[in-house]
Amino acid sequence: MKAAVIAENLVKTYGTKKEVTQALKGVSFEVAPGELFGIIGPDGAGKTSLFRILTTLLLADSGRAEVDGFDVVKNYEDIRHRVGYMPGRFSLYQDLTVEENLEFFATIFNTTIEENHDLIKDIYAHIEPFKNRRAGKLSGGMKQKLALSCALIHRPTVLFLDEPTTGVDAVSRKEFWEMLRMLKSQGITILVSTPYMDEASRCDRVALVQNGAIMSINTPEGITCNYGKALVAVKAENMFRLLKDLKGFSGLVDSYPFGEYHHAVLKPGTTEEALLAYLQQQGHGQPELKTAKPDIEDCFIALMKTTS
Amino acid sequence: MEREKVITTDRLTKRFGDFTAVDAISFEVEKGEIFGFLGANGAGKTTAIRMLCGLSIPTDGKATVAGFDVYRQTEQIKRSIGYMSQKFSLYEDLTVRENIRFYAGIYGKSNRFIKDKTERLLLQLHLQEEANKLVKSLPLGWKQKLAFSVAIFHEPEIVFLDEPTGGVDPVTRREFWNMIYEAAEAGITIFVTTHYMDEAEYCNRVSIMVDGRIDALDTPRNLKQQFEASTMDEVFLKLARKATRAGE
Repeated sequence: MKAAVIAENLVKTYGTKKEVTQALKGVSFEVAPGELFGIIGPDGAGKTSLFRILTTLLLADSGRAEVDGFDVVKNYEDIRHRVGYMPGRFSLYQDLTVEENLEFFATIFNTTIEENHDLIKDIYAHIEPFKNRRAGKLSGGMKQKLALSCALIHRPTVLFLDEPTTGVDAVSRKEFWEMLRMLKSQGITILVSTPYMDEASRCDRVALVQNGAIMSINTPEGITCNYGKALVAVKAENMFRLLKDLKGFSGLVDSYPFGEYHHAVLKPGTTEEALLAYLQQQGHGQPELKTAKPDIEDCFIALMKTTS
Repeated sequence: MEREKVITTDRLTKRFGDFTAVDAISFEVEKGEIFGFLGANGAGKTTAIRMLCGLSIPTDGKATVAGFDVYRQTEQIKRSIGYMSQKFSLYEDLTVRENIRFYAGIYGKSNRFIKDKTERLLLQLHLQEEANKLVKSLPLGWKQKLAFSVAIFHEPEIVFLDEPTGGVDPVTRREFWNMIYEAAEAGITIFVTTHYMDEAEYCNRVSIMVDGRIDALDTPRNLKQQFEASTMDEVFLKLARKATRAGE
């Protein structure tokens, strides 16, 4: 089956000769039809530039890309009919009501709310009670649902969501990902970007991006399985001093806080027993040590340090 | 020994018309503590912080910040605190050095103090080479670290950090928390909001606001025990799901 999205060696540079920012340094990947594909990376990684190129709003300096079989430069009009795009910044009309916004977007795409109601009804139901309220007066969570409804109203084949959960609390984030699962089950291909590493596990596959380059593409499990180092979670009474002492132990590749524990990455040849003995020698009493399963954030940190 | 209280609130309340944004919250924060202030969007965090920073007069209740009253001594409060958020931190069109000088000047620090401390700070942050570059040319992570240093440059009693690490990469996020720990060790009280639940674990105590009230306040360890949860994420979800009012 032909890929829904193809990016080949995309390069994008901003600025003049004096101050050049390389937003994308040759990005290549493919997304299969119906896939929920995550672009995971911090601000400045190049996520928005990539989305704007794929949605035909920005030209790449070099490289090529296809969406739903169409070239992003030659066939940009075909693509615009087929994709839904929810930018990172709220871009609906603040002084139109909820219903007027939705009608407006439906009209632009030569369709009606009724025609595609089944696709958006589960999402729109949350905001329908407020359909006469101006969009500018909605709460953050409701704005997000309206923006998603508007991006879907013309039944796109590929949906681009640029950081839909940034600044959103944990409960609303969870709800949003449940909505994406529901849309995926309707056969829509979804590309979603996020700076939250914990959201990677909700995607079929993810690309980890940093400084305009993809560090790794795989399933979430595939990424964590390729970690390839021994990881130990450590806890002691004084966590701040523990971290300083971990930094001073030569048997580690790296150490950093990780929620309730600190994570220590062992060098080949270093044992947990050796680490325990060292920490006891440093006066940490009976620190708790346990083998930890790496998660996406551990992998991201390791990749950042090997690629930089 | 009783530790010094840097923030005290007693049934602090803010109403907008018939909407009670902050509903009689009472808590205390000790000197040098890292206090996590969590809550879903719309729970009332921002309104509470605005009152504590002297930017919004409460409707009811009592509160002091650095020993000053939030009704009558708002100017003294503003001098005693530092503030940093993801959205507002530094002036992009000023250089690193100009930003430091500007903020320190606003807080009335002497030229001598500014000069000496600026050099030490640039050294600490490894920013000597960038000192005369515009802030907008710095990577986001450096900006955030510089913004934090600028927020505590005038040696405030307490610093308010509103989602300081949003969008930052995981390595920089941890370097940032290392700076927070160091500031706390130096006696600066840290009042921080975040959407990253692993960061809640780094706080000495955490409060969770739901619908304008503080529904839970304790150490991360005790909160997890109390709510029979293995992570702070679970604690947060259990509490925030009870919310009845919609966000913002």
